[in-house]
Amino acid sequence: MREPSLSQLLPVDAIVTGIQVDSWRSAIRAAGELLVATGTTTNDYIGQMQSAVDEYGPYIVIAPGLALAHARPSPAVLRTGLSWAGLAEPVEFGHSTNDPVRLVVGLAAVDHDGHSSALSRLARLLADPARLDRLVRATSAQEIHTTITEYESSADE
Amino acid sequence: MKILAVCGMGIGTSVLLKSNAERAARELGLDADVEVADIGTARGAAATADVVLTSGELAAELGDLGVPVVVIDNFVDGTEVRDKLASAVNG
Repeated sequence: MREPSLSQLLPVDAIVTGIQVDSWRSAIRAAGELLVATGTTTNDYIGQMQSAVDEYGPYIVIAPGLALAHARPSPAVLRTGLSWAGLAEPVEFGHSTNDPVRLVVGLAAVDHDGHSSALSRLARLLADPARLDRLVRATSAQEIHTTITEYESSADE
Repeated sequence: MKILAVCGMGIGTSVLLKSNAERAARELGLDADVEVADIGTARGAAATADVVLTSGELAAELGDLGVPVVVIDNFVDGTEVRDKLASAVNG
């Protein structure tokens, strides 16, 4: 079965830029609220993502300025999807090398592998520091979604 | 050889790491299977692995696994993953 594309898993409605937050907890909440708003998860998932950091530490800050907020598959996950919360001001997650965070990508997954190619594509999209910087500074959701769609159609797997 | 990518929950970070590790192994010409484990099952899974890849925080939690544990700082940086994997494999 063909996996959904990154641009399908991250619809333009799940992308918001310039969000004002005062802590890592509210940054995760912002990414989680987008998952809820797009019908990807229930409200419970927001707390589950915050608890994951309480339990395992800020290892979800996977690259400079970038956090991949997520929790385990659970009944709170209605379908597999992503959200994109660009922060107006960076916040500290307490990570030793990758703080402060300027972008929180929310991930909800119904299982462990249905989203792996989309996530791999996301990783390669963000692997170019100049492109990551441009995306983090982008002010329009449509611009970000278009950049992702164009990247995906040009990326040859 | 078997490479184990370890993260907290097995759906996010380790999935990214798996894909970057597979790419790195290809570039290095290694015949490698990359598997994913969450922190709860990592200790058991590491028994049959040749190399473990994970974050600094989880590496500290895992402690000594008896196999090389490679700490990745930037999970989207293919060059970092490849170079660190190469050093671990070449001793």
